[in-house]
Amino acid sequence: MRGSSFLEKASSELPGAIIGSNLEAIDPWIEVVAERIAEVSQWLKKTPESLFDSLECITAIDWFEPDAKKAAKVQWKPHIEMVYHLWSTVARASIVIKTNLPRWKEDVVGQLPEIPSVTGVWRTADWHEREVFDLSGIFFIGHPDLRRILCPEDWVGYPLRRDYEMPLEYHGIRAR
Amino acid sequence: MAQMVDDDPRIIEFDVRTDEMLVNMGPQHPSTHGVLRLVLRTDGEIVSQVESHIGYLHRCAEKIGENLTPRQWIPYTDRMDYLAAMNMNLGWSLTVEKLMRYQVSEKARHLRVLIAELGRLASHLVGMGAYGLDLGTFSPFLYAFREREKILDLFEETCGARLTYSYLTVGGATADLPPGWLEKCEAFLDQFTPLIAEYHSLLTTNAIFVKRTAAIGILSEALAIDYGCSGPVLRGSGVDQDLRRDGESIYTSMYDGYAFEVVVQKNGHYPRDHAYPPVPREAVVGDSWHRFYVRMLEVVQSVDLIRQAMDRYSACRGPLGEPLKINEKLPVGDAYLETECPRGQMGFYLVGDGTPIPWRARARSSSFSNLSVLHELCRGCLIADVPAIVGSLDIVMGEIDR
Repeated sequence: MRGSSFLEKASSELPGAIIGSNLEAIDPWIEVVAERIAEVSQWLKKTPESLFDSLECITAIDWFEPDAKKAAKVQWKPHIEMVYHLWSTVARASIVIKTNLPRWKEDVVGQLPEIPSVTGVWRTADWHEREVFDLSGIFFIGHPDLRRILCPEDWVGYPLRRDYEMPLEYHGIRAR
Repeated sequence: MAQMVDDDPRIIEFDVRTDEMLVNMGPQHPSTHGVLRLVLRTDGEIVSQVESHIGYLHRCAEKIGENLTPRQWIPYTDRMDYLAAMNMNLGWSLTVEKLMRYQVSEKARHLRVLIAELGRLASHLVGMGAYGLDLGTFSPFLYAFREREKILDLFEETCGARLTYSYLTVGGATADLPPGWLEKCEAFLDQFTPLIAEYHSLLTTNAIFVKRTAAIGILSEALAIDYGCSGPVLRGSGVDQDLRRDGESIYTSMYDGYAFEVVVQKNGHYPRDHAYPPVPREAVVGDSWHRFYVRMLEVVQSVDLIRQAMDRYSACRGPLGEPLKINEKLPVGDAYLETECPRGQMGFYLVGDGTPIPWRARARSSSFSNLSVLHELCRGCLIADVPAIVGSLDIVMGEIDR
């Protein structure tokens, strides 16, 4: 089962969850409502036609231009794009889920945007979500152990945000 | 009470239970393959929980990738999996080419297969030698490094570097092979092939080695998939998946016309395993021994592929083609591609915004996922088995921490 018929099935069984798609893209993707990501993931994993049993990668892309001059020219509004790459070891096929989040929860700087965790669907999501939390500053609701993984535990800030600034020093070590 | 005393070592130790102890292992421990820190919760000799602490080698590669053009980022991919830098260069180059819908010349295609498989050979040799080291035998390491050195010499002739090559690049390779290189490679293979049996007699069937690895750290098929394991770790658990055959067309088309069989156990047999030592009775699919054996058989497979690639490469007339300009503009859009690196499926994700510099560069590490399953493998094992299990995953910390 490929492309459009699969998308139709998904839309009818998950009403309102899928809000966009592009099957002609280099990597065909579907866009889902952020609050329902875990539900959609569970469905994609369990549906006999797809069985996306393997989560390959979670990426957060910060769409934000700190330079005011350049920011005036861009086509998009600042937001965070979450991209999930799935793979099916049974069907040997891949799919991409995309979803959008605000940069900060309720636009209060420092309040991390929230998205349901998919650790209940794929256990590999545990470390991947910790990495995204660590570097991009996304809070995963329902994650069993959301701590920094690559940076030290007392690190401040989220390095892969476009407006991140390296701290001047870290425990007496000059950083920049 | 009597029926409770069964095979579970934790229950046998019940009578002599002492306090639980937290044992720190690493980050400078020699058998943690770099800078991996493990915190073991132990009761006597039995490990009940393992927590991995990573990030000691984090070098902000993804952040750097947002400030450089794709070709400028190639040297940073070298430094991820520094034992298979050629394969990392190839993975990133193909991702960029996928986004740009660019196709390299026929000659470059065969050159890439040749170089990538030679890289796999070098990497598996380190994997084998270092695994022996983890288990306390020094000699396999020396034998493995002796042959690897010859591969590094060959690589040095292609690009001048011995470890961080940046040789394969976006649009092909930085230079064609120097004159006389193929003959040297041929001579190396002729000399190397008979040595494979030696490696098998050093480790594969060695009674101590089998005792240390067979039925230790068993990873079930379902668990391997759930944790996103890949490469020899996944195939050692009996999952028939190799991206060189099952991956995306831009990658599998590289291997079009090549004859190879995926190394995975089917009906109790590995492909062409009659030439190699049989699977010992104690070994169970998914244990450390099988992960090791899959790598050993992939060495043979790579030698085979290199020979095929050399024939095809030398049959190609004409130039190799120039690599793309260093400041070539990227189209708007995104592309994700995974390739079969020696340690597993290494994925790169690239988001272009119309400028030469990517909006986002992302590296999905295979060792990262392979390591994340460690706490499942080590539950209930002995402290002495922890290095045996970590070694069988064949991780490279540079790739995990990026």
